[in-house]
Amino acid sequence: MPFFISKSDSDEKLRQKVKEISGENFQKCYQCGTCSGSCPMADHMTVVPRRLMALLQLGNRAALDEANTPWVCASCHACMVRCPRSIDIPKVMEAVRQLKIRDRLDRIEPGKIDKKQIADMPQIAMVSGFRKLTS
Amino acid sequence: MKVAYYPGCTLKTKAKNLETSALACLDALGVEWQELERWNCCGAVYSLADDDLIHLVAPVRDLIRAKQQGHEMVLTLCSMCYNTLARANELMKHDEEKRKTINLFMDEEPDYFGEVKVVHFLDFLRDVYGWENFKAKVVNPLNGMKVAPYYGCTLLRPKEAGIDRFDNPSIFQDCMTALGAEAINFPMSTQCCGTYQVLGNPEAALKVSFDILTNAKAHGAEALVLACPLCDYNLGKRQPEMKEKYELAGDVPLFYFTQLMALALGVKPEDCRFELNREVSLEFLRDKNLVKATA
Repeated sequence: MPFFISKSDSDEKLRQKVKEISGENFQKCYQCGTCSGSCPMADHMTVVPRRLMALLQLGNRAALDEANTPWVCASCHACMVRCPRSIDIPKVMEAVRQLKIRDRLDRIEPGKIDKKQIADMPQIAMVSGFRKLTS
Repeated sequence: MKVAYYPGCTLKTKAKNLETSALACLDALGVEWQELERWNCCGAVYSLADDDLIHLVAPVRDLIRAKQQGHEMVLTLCSMCYNTLARANELMKHDEEKRKTINLFMDEEPDYFGEVKVVHFLDFLRDVYGWENFKAKVVNPLNGMKVAPYYGCTLLRPKEAGIDRFDNPSIFQDCMTALGAEAINFPMSTQCCGTYQVLGNPEAALKVSFDILTNAKAHGAEALVLACPLCDYNLGKRQPEMKEKYELAGDVPLFYFTQLMALALGVKPEDCRFELNREVSLEFLRDKNLVKATA
């Protein structure tokens, strides 16, 4: 997915909000890609973590909204322990999720989960899943 | 020393085989334990948003309970509970500002400063009990068993909550070796199983779990041992789905580490609750003559 860099697409408010919620300075990222290489879920992402960091740096809200990245992230912290810039990337992902969740935009609908699956699944799957993917 | 045992929600229901076998191990090891009174769910995941303190109330309340009940140490079995409680404890120890807010918010409780130590059963064995003492308690060594310890994420990452080095851990291998088993080291032992993405992206979680099992088998593992009920679900209970989807998928026996530990420590197989594992795991134990054919 190509995107164009232009001043009019740069949303300073978005950058500020993500910094505020995450407490992380993603501007430190120098695009080495260690996060994408470490991410077990990268194959399933439309935008890999490195690229997501670039979108954030640019403040490109439209491209960020389209990316499924934060919703596929499993918060496993594999990227964070290896980041040479010591950026807590899972916190940045959480902030991007929170932008939607705080607007009450749920990613999954608990009512639609298969009943058999609910019966089989450990509680921690549901507690953590709802915490991460619903408002 | 008496330790406070924190079960968490899943160990009382879907992971009875983890709880029952672990408590039998503690008894066999002569460790005095007491279930934490009035414990509540820890929230399963640590809050990653900097401005979200409300989700810290649940784990901190558990830690306050432990302090109130005179415990110095909280022992956890579930990796996710361990991670959530350990990280909440670190925050209460080191972040003065947030600690103040949380203590003020919970004004009905005594103030908490991170006084209680949060441990997982594995680092308890290494740091408190000691591998040598532990080895001395083994009565049925698991000789000839090739097991691959699977760490997953929450026992090792982030560093502040890790029970061992995040990049080349050995604590799980050391535990299995102490039990007499051959511990198989495999590259994907610390890779995430997909965790809660079983809800959001079940296909993606299935693929990463399948890759982990394949990797373990390729390195000579006969069975996988783990510590987390959600890993057990993704890597174990979803194996029939894997077999439908991936041609190369086969059944892999899976155990909670405490179940094999219990056998080695001479606990009766009935107390390991193997009937809650998949049939393939039971067959494996029968083949190894660790449980009777009728069990």
